[in-house]
Formats: sequence, C-alpha cells, structure tokens
Amino acid sequence: MISNEELDLLGDLAQLSLDPDSRESTLAAINEVLELVATLNAAECENVKPLAHPLETEQMLRPDAVSETNQRDKFSQVAPLFEEGLYLVPKVIE
Amino acid sequence: MNLNNATISELHQLLISKAISAKELTKHFLDRIAEHDNQINSFITVTPDIALEQAKAADRALASGKHTMLTGIPLAHKDIFCIDGIRTTAGSKILADFIAPYTSTCIDKLNNAGSITLGKTNMDEFAMGSSNESSFFGPVSNPWDNTKVPGGSSGGSAASLAASLCVASTGTDTGGSIRQPASMCGLTGLKPTYGRISRWGMIAFASSLDQAGSFTRTAEDAAILLEYMAGHDNKDSTSLNLSVPRYTAALSKPLAGVKIGLCSDYFKEGLDSEVENLVLEGIRELGRMGAEISEIELPHTKFSLSSYYVIAPAECSANLSRYDGVRYGYRCDNPVNLEDLYKRSRSEGFGTEVKKRIMVGTFALSAGYYDAYYRKAQQIRRLIKNDFISAFKQVDVIVGPTAPGTAFPLGAKTNDAVSMYLQDIYTIAASLAGVPAMSIPVGLSKGLPVGLQLIGNYLEEAKLLQVAHQFQQQTDWHKQQPQSFM
Amino acid sequence: MNIPDGWQIDIGLEIHAQLNTQSKIFSGASTLFGSDPNIQASAVDLALPGVLPVVNEAVYAKAIRFGLGVSAEIARISAFDRKNYFYPDLPKGYQITQMDLPIVTGGHIDIFLEDGTVKRIRITRAHLEEDAGKSLHEDFDSFTGIDLNRAGTPLLEIVSEPDIKSAYEAVAYARKIHQLVTYLDICDGNMSQGSLRFDANISVRREDSATLGIRAEIKNLNSFRFLERAIVYETDRQISLLEANKSVPQETRLYDPGKDETRPMRSKETATDYRYFPEPDLLPVVVTDEKINAIKAEMPELPAERCQRFIDEFKLTVADSNLLASDRNLADYFEIAAENSKNALLSANWVKSELLGHLNRDSLSIKDSPVSAIQLGELVSLIGADTISGKIAKDVFSALWAGEATSATTYIEQHGLQQLTDQSALEPLILEILNANPKQRQQLLSGKHKLMGFFVGQVMKQTQGKANPQQVNTIIKRLLQESP
Repeated sequence: MISNEELDLLGDLAQLSLDPDSRESTLAAINEVLELVATLNAAECENVKPLAHPLETEQMLRPDAVSETNQRDKFSQVAPLFEEGLYLVPKVIE
Repeated sequence: MNLNNATISELHQLLISKAISAKELTKHFLDRIAEHDNQINSFITVTPDIALEQAKAADRALASGKHTMLTGIPLAHKDIFCIDGIRTTAGSKILADFIAPYTSTCIDKLNNAGSITLGKTNMDEFAMGSSNESSFFGPVSNPWDNTKVPGGSSGGSAASLAASLCVASTGTDTGGSIRQPASMCGLTGLKPTYGRISRWGMIAFASSLDQAGSFTRTAEDAAILLEYMAGHDNKDSTSLNLSVPRYTAALSKPLAGVKIGLCSDYFKEGLDSEVENLVLEGIRELGRMGAEISEIELPHTKFSLSSYYVIAPAECSANLSRYDGVRYGYRCDNPVNLEDLYKRSRSEGFGTEVKKRIMVGTFALSAGYYDAYYRKAQQIRRLIKNDFISAFKQVDVIVGPTAPGTAFPLGAKTNDAVSMYLQDIYTIAASLAGVPAMSIPVGLSKGLPVGLQLIGNYLEEAKLLQVAHQFQQQTDWHKQQPQSFM
Repeated sequence: MNIPDGWQIDIGLEIHAQLNTQSKIFSGASTLFGSDPNIQASAVDLALPGVLPVVNEAVYAKAIRFGLGVSAEIARISAFDRKNYFYPDLPKGYQITQMDLPIVTGGHIDIFLEDGTVKRIRITRAHLEEDAGKSLHEDFDSFTGIDLNRAGTPLLEIVSEPDIKSAYEAVAYARKIHQLVTYLDICDGNMSQGSLRFDANISVRREDSATLGIRAEIKNLNSFRFLERAIVYETDRQISLLEANKSVPQETRLYDPGKDETRPMRSKETATDYRYFPEPDLLPVVVTDEKINAIKAEMPELPAERCQRFIDEFKLTVADSNLLASDRNLADYFEIAAENSKNALLSANWVKSELLGHLNRDSLSIKDSPVSAIQLGELVSLIGADTISGKIAKDVFSALWAGEATSATTYIEQHGLQQLTDQSALEPLILEILNANPKQRQQLLSGKHKLMGFFVGQVMKQTQGKANPQQVNTIIKRLLQESP
C-alpha cells in the first residue's frame, strides 16, 4: 500500500501531475492493483533465476555500417515545436 | 457467394478466377464500413484512397499472374501498427494526430503480399484494457449485441471482422488482447510464439510480452496470414531467427493420436457455468475426433495474474516515457517550464488506465520495492514457463476456456479494475511464458460467442492450427455471424 | 598541489569514452561529429513509437579490446538495462546501459607518480551505454534547442575505484586512459569534440578516518586541465566546509571554467531513482572464447610494450622512448620516419626536437603535421648519408613545413644544397682560409682550440653551409699537422 507521499514521488518519477480532485481515487486505484499483486508474496521463489525474456535466446549483433539517411524534414513534421533544425523545449537551466 | 462471410482462401479463388476484382472487393468492404461502422465504432481511421490504390495494384498483379494468397484481400489493422503516412494513434489522445513516418515490418510484409489496408482499428489506449473502453476514440460495441463490449484490447479489429467490415484483421496480444476479443466476437484469434512476428513498428506496451497476431474466420485463414506475417527481422533483436514453416500444409492431418491436456486450474470458481459446459463439450468433441485427453498440472498458473500486473506495468512505465511532448505527439499549451511541459503533456495526453499502470509500474521498479515486486514477478515468470515446459512433455496442446464469461455490458466493469483484469486470467500464463495460443469459437451462450483456448508448445503454431482446423471441419460455430451484420 | 595537513582525498573517476564506430550503438545512423542538427537522428534515435534497438557488433569488439588492454575480465554473458529519467536530450526517457552484467569487470592502470614510482589504479568496471543528445541553451531566448545527432553514440563508461588521491594522480590516470583508448583505436581521443569526458567523484576525510567522506560528483569535465582545476577547487571547498564544522551535501556539481569553481547543478533532479531493470528489447550478449581470442590476436601493441621495444630495437633512451611511445600517432610517425631513414636514433632526435617544436609553435596535432613521416624519414636519411648538413636540413625542414617543397631530395637538388664532401675540392679552400688568417692559425697551433670553431665557421660561410663541419675539422687538423 502506498502513502500520499509515495504517490507524490511516483508522480515526479513518472512525470505525471496529480489532479487534487482525483488524487484520492488515483491512490485507491493504485493500491487496489498492489493488493491484487500481493499474492506474489505467497509464491516460493528461492533460488529461482528471474526470467526477463520468455525465450532465452542470445542477442544478434548488427554490422557497424551506416544504414540511415537524413530524414529530418520528414521526422520533424510531427514535431510540436521545431525551429532551425532543433526540437524546442522551455528553457532549461543546468 | 456471400462476401460477408467469405474466408481468405475462398476470396482468393474468386480473385484469381476473375469472378471479382480486388477493386470490387475493396469497394464492397469500404461501403460496408461507411454504412455500418457508426454502429460499432471499430475503426479509428479508414483509408479508402490507399485501399483503392492498393486494389488497383492488386488487380494488376492478379492480371499478370504475379499474386500471393493475400493479393487483393482487404484487411483491417489494429491502430498500434505504424504505417507510413497514415495516422497511428494507439487509441490515445497523446498520439491523436501522429502521422507515422515509417511502416511496421508486419504490415510491410502484408502490404508486399498484395493485401489491402482498409483502415486502422480501434483499441484500448496503448493496448491496456480488456473491453476496448479505454480508447480515446470511444468504446467499440460488440456486433453480436451493441450494448456489450467486444473485448480488448484489440476490440476494433475483432468487432470489424465480426461485423464483416473486413476479411481478416491484425491485432496484438500482451496478456490476452487477441484471444479474449476473439472469444467474445466469435472469431479465430491467434497469438503466435513470442518473437515469431517482428515487433518493429508496433507501438510497445510491454516489450517482453507484446506479440502480433490475427483475427480470422477460420484456422486456415490464420495459417495463411501467419505465413506472411512471421519471420526474422534484423530490426527486432527479439524476433526469432528461424525459418517460417508452411503452416497451411499441416492443417489436414487428422487428430488421431494428438495429446490434449486439461488443466483443472482453468475450471475453477469465476468461470461462467454455461461457458464451462460449452468448453467441456468442445473438448469432448476433440476426444471424439481421436485426440487423447489427459489431465495436466500448471501449478503456478494461480500466480500469473499478479506476475503479469507487475511486469506489464513496469515495462510500460518505461516504454511510455518517450511520450513527452517534445519530438511528436500531444504537447500541452504554453508550458511554463520543462517539468510543466512533461507533466501536463503526459497527464492531459494519457487516459486514466494508462496513467494508473505507469504509476504501478514506476512503483514496482522503485528503490526498495524492486525485489519484492519486479524481481519476484520475473521469478514467478520462470516458474510459469517451467510449468509449460513440463506439461508439453506430456501433451501437444493444452485446452481450456479463453475468458471466464461472454461479452459483458459496456460500462459494467469500468469502475472495477480487478474484475476487468480477471478477464485475462486464462490467457496471461501463455503470454508470460511466450508460448503460442489461440481462441476458436466453441458455441453460443445466450446468443453470445464463447471461445475455446488452445495453448501450444514453443513454435508449434502448426499443431495449434491443425487442431483448430480439424475442429472447424467438424463444427460450424466459427460460421455463426451476428444477425444484424450478415 | 598541496593537500592540507591532516586531510586525505579520495577520487573515483568515471570516464566516458565515445567509441569510434561508423554507426551508433543501437541504430544505423552516422556518428559523424559536427553535422547540421538532427540530420543524424534516425527513427530509433528519436524514439519514435514502435522502434527497437539492435546492438552494433563493433561496439562490443571495442569494449572487449579495452578490457583486454587493462587485464580485466570479459563477461561471457553481458546484458543491457534501462536507466529511467526524463531529460529532453534523452528521447526514450531511459538510457540503455549495462548495470548488472557489464562487459568488462576489474582490471587496472599503472600511473607514474611525481617521484617516479608506479601506482596501480584499480578499474571497477567498464560498461557500454548510449550517449545523450545535446541541449543548446544559447540559440533562443526562452527555449532550449535539442539536437539529437549525438544521441545513441556508443560510450564506454570506465569506472575506477576511489584509489586516486590527488589531482595529479587523477590527471595521470586520465591521460593513461586517453593514451590507451587511442592506442587501442577504440576512441579518437578528441577532447575538444567531447570524445572523452570525465565525471569525478570527490570526497575528503580526516587522515585518521577509515571511511570515505561524503562525495560530490563533478560532471562533464572535458579537459585534463578542467579535471585538475575542478578537483583542486572542490577539495578546498569540502575541507573548508568540514573545518568550519559544516557537512558536505551529496550532490552533483558542475565546474565553471570561467570562474574556476564548482557549483551545484541547477536543473531540478527529480529522478533520483533510476529504476534500472533489464532492457526487454535486447537479449543477453554471449561472447565466446573464440571471439575473445580473435580480438586478442588483433590487439595492437600497448604503450608500455611499444616503449620497451623502442629501447630494445632502436636503442633509444628511456626518456626518448617514453616520449615517443606516449601517443600512438606520434609513435606511428616516429616508426615510419625511422623505417624510411634507416636511422632510428637520428629520426627520434628530429621528431622530438624539430617536429614537436614546429607542431607546438603552430598548435597542431601530430595528425595534422604538414611534414609527413615519410618526408621526414627521407630528410633524415639524407643527413645520415652526409648528403646535407644538419644546418641545411633545418632549412629543408622549414621548406617542407611551409609547403615550399614536397621532397627533400628534389628540393636539395633544385637548390644545390648537397654537402661538399669531395676532399679534393675542400682542401684548397681550407688551405686558402688558413693562409689568409695567419694570426688565428698561429693561435690555434699554440693550443687555442677555440679557434677551430672560427676556421670551421669560415669554411661553412664560404661553402654556404654545404660543407660537413666534422669533415672540415678533420681536414684542418691534418693540414696543420702536415705543415705547421
């Protein structure tokens, strides 16, 4: 079960804002899922290697060759704000 | 011949015998979409210009004799597959205006085979849902009863075929998103082995679970489509580097000697009794046809739902970070700073279910909880895989219900997440293990279709298709169609 | 740098080396530096919906080469993970890196301390990851522009143990890494283009304390000098804080070269929890013994080996050998010159004096030298064969440098600069000069050896430098003996 503070942290990590009106229902909904998955605890998993890929095959490697061409004009057509060849975001101060 | 219930193989015969042109066939379905889709909302985007252009090319190919089984066959594609120049939304506001600048490998292969793209079908937002009600473009109705859901997440693809608005359709299955709507719409739905079909250009929900597949009227059509969709892709590291068998070649083998496993876990409380009876009757039919039926154990199946609802949200929480309003997609108005741009674009662009899953996944991966949630879920995933490996030492195919019930009323479960998630209780284990599975019609309960799930061993789609095809030779449940769309 | 009494400094370096591949680590886009913004940002680099990464083979080969170069362990199974955080130059919202199973583990680099002793710096690990794009803050008033050409450029992140105890050691270690990666031809080592970047984890503690202090991470130092300055500033700052009984906050800081100080990064670091998990779009990479052996067989000679070979094969001094082997390009240059001149010692002298002097004067790197190693070799061979004098050779070198000549031989012939080695031609001239200066001749005979220089100089002047001073010297001595 997560707390209100944890919810804030999750919102920051996931970059999602938490609308004050739906905050409570969001928290409840997340906790409902966490409750559902809590049955995980009952499973005996000692010494079981986690499975990240259903088929445990190995990675193929691609030859080091340039296969892509400049598609900036095409790709930038779907950009919300694109000027002078750059994607624009509100000014960031490092 | 009634074009509305014709299969790919039947239409192929009409096309090559010039009884009908690809253009006529395409127009027929475009007209049906124009006429009927307002009742079910199965398409997000219809692409008549592209379809007619492709039909023209198909007719040329047919005239010159350079055709495939799919030349001139009108298909509908789930709006999760990117197609160059066509709006691709994944059912989300965040991609509502996204014109894909490239084409997914899977659709590319179908296009190259000469098939026709009628349009892009509705779906749960980012494939998260079991009722097609989380779509930004509105819910889809079940053609069998338009007050009911079609299932999800590939609800539009299922409904469009059930309503005869296309000849077959593509879908994706992460936890049951092809099989469950196929069950609810009375269709043959196939989720192949993970990695059998390239994921390049298929918008990701949960990368280690997502797999493309199809909705068809028959197992034979599923075999035909798979021959074109499957295969290794240099652009997808997880696609299997194996040759594609001739799936259609194995269909006609009789069932004698085929070993079928029954798992008691798939017949526990929560399963509708009429559904149970129809499924059991279907299994008896398989027995009468010569299959040997025995009990098998899948002891960790009971943990599959919890494992899935950790792994899928965890992967989606990362997969959906790219929707940030910077390079494409929805961007909020007048962001005051970077954080505002991120938070508002994402919060306004994503729907409730998607946001919830991102939060759950973020939590499952966060410091202090990773081991108890994500790692544990991955351990269970191995146990589930091992269950299947042992079971397939005893049997060829595992059978059971696809979903716990038939199509439910629109809105009935939208406020009850757990009961919605339970829709996938029988389909999730195969997704976690990555084994192929399909759903075929096995009867009607109170006028609504019921599906029989068949689960096969890794890469044994041919065996699944053989069992399904043989069953469809003896039964005609797959030929049933909703009255109002015949 | 003086470390204040009673204090100890602990530094661990994370060095990001851009691997010099043609294409990116996960896409087929070019890694070329300096192109128009975003023309090398492919669908994968832009993280368009539905795209997938595929691993570049050369990236793996280069990482393995590095591992072998520092005597590390090469993972037979390595894998990629996702590191989650939001930043506009990180299109996917996660960086693909290697957290749990890096390709390289362990290993070490030996550095020379100021007193000449050798110190071993342990390497924790080296893992593969993708570079981010660039944020351009200056071009627009209220916007930051994002250029994703660099996004997906392969990086090898080399992480050291906190074995480094001073700015001097840090720079020595960093230089050694630079030398190694360029020697191995896995990184172009171009600091001004950001091919090698340093993050320094710096902490201080009382000398009697057994545990490390709280560290600050100084990010993105892109020169040896900034690395040194940042460490000096940062250690002073931390010691001052602790001496004033204040604590050092654990934080990420930036070094400002203009002000020569470090300051906390202002960008809000919301994501302090990176939520690493196995990258589901990529499978574990299996490296076989055969593969490792094949890479081993193709390993170039390492700096220490080359230095020793220069001593053994060419009889260079330890100092000259160290200098010439310090940089792969310089060492290559020297060897080509030596090969062409058939005179290694003289080539070594010319490379370290004339060539390095000119490069230094014109701020050029060895790669941009206007005089090629073959040209220099030819010039040195002419000196060795006494065709020209050293003095003339310097003029010829200048001509080659200025582009007025392309071949020493041709230039010498065109300008008639061949050394006068014909004794029968020289003797009358020398005799004439001796006779024309009876006073000096007498003084030389009476033991004033300094006057030998006077006569040699006169001969050189008469011959416009074309005589061989050594030979002139011998002839004068003989003539005086014959007729005192």
